[in-house]
Amino acid sequence: MAHHHTTPTLHGLVTGVTDRLKTAGTGFYLMVLISLTLVLAAAGTGLVTMFKGHEAYYNVYREVPWGVLIATYVFFVVSSTGLCLISSIGHVFGVQDFMPIAKRSVFLSIATILSGFFVIAFEIKIPWRMAIYNVISPNLTSNIWWMGTLYGIYLAFMFAEYVFLLMNKHTPAVICGFSGSVAGIAAHSNLGAVFGLLMGRPYWQGPYMPIYFIASAMMTGCAVIILFHILGYKVNRQQMEPEMERALEVTTKIGILLICVILFFTTWKLIAGAAGQPNGAWPVVQSEVVGHHAFIFWFFEILLGMAGPLMLFILSKGRNLKLMLIASFSMVIGIFVMRYNLVYLGQALPVYYDLGVNEFKEMLHYFPSLYEWIITAGGFGLTALLFLIGEKVFDGHKVEHH
Amino acid sequence: MHNKLDLNNLKNEGVENVSSQERRDFLKMGLAITGIFAGGTLFSAVSTFSRAHASDFAKKYPYKPHYSMVMQQHRCIDCERCMEACAATNKVPKAHGAYRTTILEKETPDALGGKREFIPVLCNQCNLPQCTRVCPTKATYKDKTHGIVMMDIKKCIGCLTCQEGCPYNARYFDEHRHAVDKCNFCWDTRISKGEKDTACAHACPGDVRVFGDLSNQEDRVFKIVHQIEKAVWVLRPEAGTRPNVFYTKG
Repeated sequence: MAHHHTTPTLHGLVTGVTDRLKTAGTGFYLMVLISLTLVLAAAGTGLVTMFKGHEAYYNVYREVPWGVLIATYVFFVVSSTGLCLISSIGHVFGVQDFMPIAKRSVFLSIATILSGFFVIAFEIKIPWRMAIYNVISPNLTSNIWWMGTLYGIYLAFMFAEYVFLLMNKHTPAVICGFSGSVAGIAAHSNLGAVFGLLMGRPYWQGPYMPIYFIASAMMTGCAVIILFHILGYKVNRQQMEPEMERALEVTTKIGILLICVILFFTTWKLIAGAAGQPNGAWPVVQSEVVGHHAFIFWFFEILLGMAGPLMLFILSKGRNLKLMLIASFSMVIGIFVMRYNLVYLGQALPVYYDLGVNEFKEMLHYFPSLYEWIITAGGFGLTALLFLIGEKVFDGHKVEHH
Repeated sequence: MHNKLDLNNLKNEGVENVSSQERRDFLKMGLAITGIFAGGTLFSAVSTFSRAHASDFAKKYPYKPHYSMVMQQHRCIDCERCMEACAATNKVPKAHGAYRTTILEKETPDALGGKREFIPVLCNQCNLPQCTRVCPTKATYKDKTHGIVMMDIKKCIGCLTCQEGCPYNARYFDEHRHAVDKCNFCWDTRISKGEKDTACAHACPGDVRVFGDLSNQEDRVFKIVHQIEKAVWVLRPEAGTRPNVFYTKG
């Protein structure tokens, strides 16, 4: 088992990257340009809103303080955690079939969490205070504090793991990968708890959220891994190796299982919110299933997010890359809306609804403003940009053969 | 068992010896428990259920003084002087959704007699506040001396989790202060300067808002909360936050 690995020189690396960038087609540069434009537009918009006051630009309000930017943040950290967990099956826990997806997945877990941080920076009103007071005035009962801190640790581990993977240092990569997975699970379940442990919000409240978040992250991880690996080979205009095809086949199978798990979770969430018509949850479930939010729920969350991709994945047998590409792309759209539904619906019922007062008789409505959409698009732009650059700089994230 | 109570052989003491005051008190107690008052207000189930909670909360007053407010809801006519006084005293910005206290309106179309009532709301200064638990930086905290839920605005990152955690919609983001703002029972503007009541209570012409110290048995707030003749309740007891704002009427 000889290593094909040779220590690269800086000059060699630069030449390699330059060559790969030179040979890239106009399609690649067009995509880079679009992604970069989205990122810059979002950064510009975000900075303006930050200094002129969010109130004038965002459609969130006193009763619905969390909007699409929180949903987008959740979407990206869900994706990151999922990428980390699914890819760890191979390079941390030693299941050979999953090995080929390691590098690109770890790289993308960093790219997606950075996109999440990018968006949340423009959602939080005074982010620089967070950097100071999270450290000097920590509140250990706060799930937000734990989530932020643990995601910071997670990012450090994932970054270190990627560096060790690049250097082909297996043992430290495994240690960092394992630590990153633990930190990721802890961070992500705390994000679930941010919603789940709010006593005054019956739609969210309970142990469901942290558990659901982890399962949902793994489902999302499968979708993102399949999507970006197929796209990666298209960007590099390369034929997929049999090992990679096999890795995507097993990822598809796990994806099928996890879609079923989340459909199961969703079914019971709805039944629990309907049986006995519990205060606080029942009107929300009604609006979700048959009310004003029903189309968004059924079309995006159920059809595009889960049911459609489930059928396509089964039909693809894990080998028809075209079907898998469509399915995973559909999942990404559906899961994004799934996060939006989760964030919005938990706030849709006014806290004084049961008091029966005139001011709060109806469900609360929210739709993102143009500025919120621009920043959301910037998050996706950043992931796309980092992905595209990563493909060229790291040469298709090839895993060294031993 | 010789000690067993033999109901059949108990001597009838008769009702002729019971004073009319005793009879009236007994009747009142029964009515108070079922929540049906002479006024015919329709809140029986809520009031009896909630009252058990209100007295539970009243058992423990960890702060000295333990600031609290009772809303004599039936007296509120929605003149909004409380809101104006609050905004002027505490520099609440004139923006949509920016207020520390407001008045909600409830209509009961099938009620006999009056069909409309007004419910003033503000921060409930809870004993188990959700907002302080969820704040990542302790920017909002429960003061250890007087128990008022305070803001340390320089620490507020504006994540708005406290707004999500509050079951009373008592918080909003103040773009001028660059922090979440909320009622603090006029601590900085009046109470810490020796005033005896909040701006809203002071401005109320109808004596709706009774502000005081729940740990002082001579205080009006204490006396209203600790009686069983009129129902006393809190809003959203199921959220479990042990609020210090009580409601009564009739």
